[in-house]
Amino acid sequence: MLNISGIHEGFVLDHIQAGMSLRIYHDLKLDELDCTVAIIKNARSEKMGKKDILKVECPIEALDLDILGFIDHNITVNVIKDDMIVEKKELHLPRQIKNVIVCKNPRCITSIEQELDQIFLLTDEKREIYRCKYCEEKFRSPKRK
Amino acid sequence: MRHLMSPLDFSVEELDALLDLANDIEAHPQKYAHACAGKKLATCFYEPSTRTRLSFEAAMLNLGGSVLGFSSADSSSAAKGESVSDTIRVISCYADICAMRHPKEGAPLVASQKSLIPVINAGDGGHQHPTQTLTDLLTIRSLRGELGNLTIGLCGDLKFGRTVHSLINALIRYPGIRFVLISPEELRIPSYIREDVLTANGIPFTEMERLEDAMADLDILYMTRVQRERFFNEEDYVRLKDFYILTKSKMALAKKDMLVLHPLPRVNEISVEVDDDPRAAYFRQAQYGVYVRMALILTLLEITVD
Repeated sequence: MLNISGIHEGFVLDHIQAGMSLRIYHDLKLDELDCTVAIIKNARSEKMGKKDILKVECPIEALDLDILGFIDHNITVNVIKDDMIVEKKELHLPRQIKNVIVCKNPRCITSIEQELDQIFLLTDEKREIYRCKYCEEKFRSPKRK
Repeated sequence: MRHLMSPLDFSVEELDALLDLANDIEAHPQKYAHACAGKKLATCFYEPSTRTRLSFEAAMLNLGGSVLGFSSADSSSAAKGESVSDTIRVISCYADICAMRHPKEGAPLVASQKSLIPVINAGDGGHQHPTQTLTDLLTIRSLRGELGNLTIGLCGDLKFGRTVHSLINALIRYPGIRFVLISPEELRIPSYIREDVLTANGIPFTEMERLEDAMADLDILYMTRVQRERFFNEEDYVRLKDFYILTKSKMALAKKDMLVLHPLPRVNEISVEVDDDPRAAYFRQAQYGVYVRMALILTLLEITVD
């Protein structure tokens, strides 16, 4: 059994689908933060069989967790302060996703315009459908892809 | 400052005001002859579209304004690799309003985000062509008196025809609308229109393959072109093509006050023998296209004429 020490202030992202932690690491731009991050892959889980866990030691306000809702809203977000879990955040689908997914429509202006942000808007919350802000091409959230 | 990207950018009330203004322009053209004196319209057409561009230019000239622009990407700075964002920033220094056509979907929206002047989407790929929809709505309202309580037949290529999709989206906002969707199996309306728009909003519609079968019920017949290259095989094309050619004999099955609309250009889907029928409204539709663009330019420039 691998032991990783607790964190004083930050987040523990639990119940990440096995294999998804590195994507989340990049999408949350953790590589750009100067903080301690533990990536635990394929941890045993009663509920999921195996799962990934991310532990991030950073000020609470440093992370934009909206994107997690898009990737997988079943992830548990534990907010840690003074070595204690102070909050379990509920994840929602974000209204807008910026520069996380790319429009695949070759006729879309995003395919040629210099440094244009890739923006997707939530157009159908029930069916988790996002559409490109520019060409309205559909993109389903990764879990339902 | 407002732009026009999609026909649904205007509420029903705003649309009514726009169409009222277009009708007033039609009735009193002299009143508006100098409304845009000193103003310039830039027509930025990255792909050729003679009719739409000339319609915009005629609209601005009728308002006493001037026009400048380009009519293909080859003759613009796009050929040198300039982005849409940069182009519109420069055009903003030259003109007061811009009509943009671009083969890439969403290009006018990108322009509107950086523009200092109102931008009108004059067609972006297969995505939106809002001034065509405004033209269709003005034609129907002017010639029928209202936009509700109509049975509208949409005939031809319902799968790829963006004008048809836009028109459906615009008309479902009015009461008593019923659609008859007439197309070959291969070119039926896409499911996202059938389910997400028609069924989801409880709009009655029927789908059929033969134009003759629909004619008697229709108040409006909106024709579009069935292109040979859309068919999977030649046999189906030959079998079906005549179903979608409007002739005098098919017109004989229609109501006396039915209207025939077409976004033009017509290739062969309406026989020229129908042109003299008083119910053929497609050339009047092109005239309404100028009036509605005049009303749009005035509205976006926030110019009022007493």
